[in-house]
Amino acid sequence: MAARLLPASSDPIRPSGATPLAISLDGETVAGVAGQTIAGVVLASGRLAWRRTSADGRPRGLFCGIGVCFDCIVTVNGERDVRACQRRAADGDVVEIQHDALPEVRP
Amino acid sequence: MKVVIVGAGPAGLAAALAARAHGASVTLLDAADEPGGQYWRHLPPERPSANERILHHGWQRFTAMRRALEADAGCEIVMGAQVWAIERSDAPAQARTEAPMPAAPVVVHVLVGPPDGTGRAGRTFRPDALVLATGAHDRTLPFPGWDLPGVFTAGAAQAFAKGERVAVGQRVVIAGAGPFLLPVAASLVATGARVLGVFEASRIAGLVRGWLPKPWQLIGAAKKGGELAGYVGTHLRHRIPYATGRAVIAAHGTDRVEAVTVARVDANWRPVPGTEQRIAADAVCVSHGFTPRLELPIAAGCAISSSRFVEVDEAQQSSVAGVYAAGEITGIGGVDAALVEGELAGHCAAGGSPGDPEVRRAAKARTTFTGFAARIEAAHGIRRGWTAWLDDDTLVCRCEEVPYGRFRETAAQTCGSGLRSMKLTTRAGLGICQGRVCGGTVEELIGGGPETAAGGLLDQRGVAATTDRRPIASPVRLGELAGGIGPTEPTEPHLSKPTVQKGHQ
Repeated sequence: MAARLLPASSDPIRPSGATPLAISLDGETVAGVAGQTIAGVVLASGRLAWRRTSADGRPRGLFCGIGVCFDCIVTVNGERDVRACQRRAADGDVVEIQHDALPEVRP
Repeated sequence: MKVVIVGAGPAGLAAALAARAHGASVTLLDAADEPGGQYWRHLPPERPSANERILHHGWQRFTAMRRALEADAGCEIVMGAQVWAIERSDAPAQARTEAPMPAAPVVVHVLVGPPDGTGRAGRTFRPDALVLATGAHDRTLPFPGWDLPGVFTAGAAQAFAKGERVAVGQRVVIAGAGPFLLPVAASLVATGARVLGVFEASRIAGLVRGWLPKPWQLIGAAKKGGELAGYVGTHLRHRIPYATGRAVIAAHGTDRVEAVTVARVDANWRPVPGTEQRIAADAVCVSHGFTPRLELPIAAGCAISSSRFVEVDEAQQSSVAGVYAAGEITGIGGVDAALVEGELAGHCAAGGSPGDPEVRRAAKARTTFTGFAARIEAAHGIRRGWTAWLDDDTLVCRCEEVPYGRFRETAAQTCGSGLRSMKLTTRAGLGICQGRVCGGTVEELIGGGPETAAGGLLDQRGVAATTDRRPIASPVRLGELAGGIGPTEPTEPHLSKPTVQKGHQ
């Protein structure tokens, strides 16, 4: 069990329409609806993490959800460091996960 | 008279309407692509629905304000507008003078376009008056495992429930402090999640002390759940367990949250040994309060109080003539206070006075809300015992992955020589979020914090060294800087047709 997009049929706000879209996440196709953020599309696909930290290689995904923490950054259509919680997904977006290893320091 | 307003949440929208009513031309800027701020975060136009209002309190007020401004030729609404710097156009600070009102001594630099996009268009404003209504974001204290995927701020859960209809988990624990936790629980339930419990760190005694002096003010606060609370209560009949004096002191899992430990905490928020309880959950949403977004007021030169809010007078004017502030950056007071402050700020920024008859109601209501923020702080404010739930591996700074053990060792070795030195040595607070998440924590851990800032925390400019000072208020790509930052716009724009600029299209 994980994050989930509430199906329109059981949503008390009675949604009246949504346009499907698909993005690619590291080559894998992920389906969503128009108007979702990239983070929303990825979370609703059941994936909680999409970045590895530089020092410890730990998984990260959404944290603050409002553009403050920068934990959710991804590369979108070649643009680095885009906050997935702020950028609306566009059909056909090519999203790549960022893992910026620290440079090796030689003595 | 040209008024620029930063932030299109409740305070900014109210300011725009009031400034227009008093005859000023208005430019309303917000980094999001829909107005409403975090409070009225809603579904985008691509996802219409019949009954979205049940997710909101005051939805009709929002839609009415929005419609009025969008139909108004004298108000330009610029969405996708990231204010990345405010420059002072004078030095030293201009003293306040009586009429004629001097122009605000600020230059506002804006980038318009998709969030974090390349090639956003630069715009620059020199307004006669500036209203800052930049709001606040969640403050989450560190605890072991808080960096695991599946740990969110309560604000994230709220934003994704209201703005996307995505529940961040299916079995969710909510914890932290403050009246905000309950509407988050209601939103999650209305988004199909099961809320396993809401754990408020403050104890009953503290809550009573904070609220009891003027309990009639709770009537306003009680309305805040609004239609959503009614929906949850009458239709779903979910019983959400609510406990005070308890905190999430650890999250468990390898690559994601699988469980949390909840423990009783004493009045000082120190966990009581032997009271730990483990709860299996797939998401935990934690917020211990709010951090006002102060980088723009600080850049504009506004005086900041010892409790770290913008100081304003009865006109909502800051210490800088022509620069006004409204909403959560002047005190965490909630939506009703924000609307009233915004109205006064907009009216006065447009040349009005707080004594004018058209703002009499707002001026009176403003006095009602005075002290409201103080009572929230008294009831729910962070207590220093929380550091007892940290272990050596708990990250203090998520961006730079600085564990508490290393942070404490460094502090001991350098004799706690101050914020700047600690940041440079440990790198805590120097990551990509620019210390927005850990800033308050770092200040408190080294014995500083807003109440005690003094001595070693003062930098050479005589200003208390805090993590809120960010000359570049938002990350900007070098290419965008190199591409020029746009011509300064005339103070009187053309009043021809309604202008709603959408940065995202």
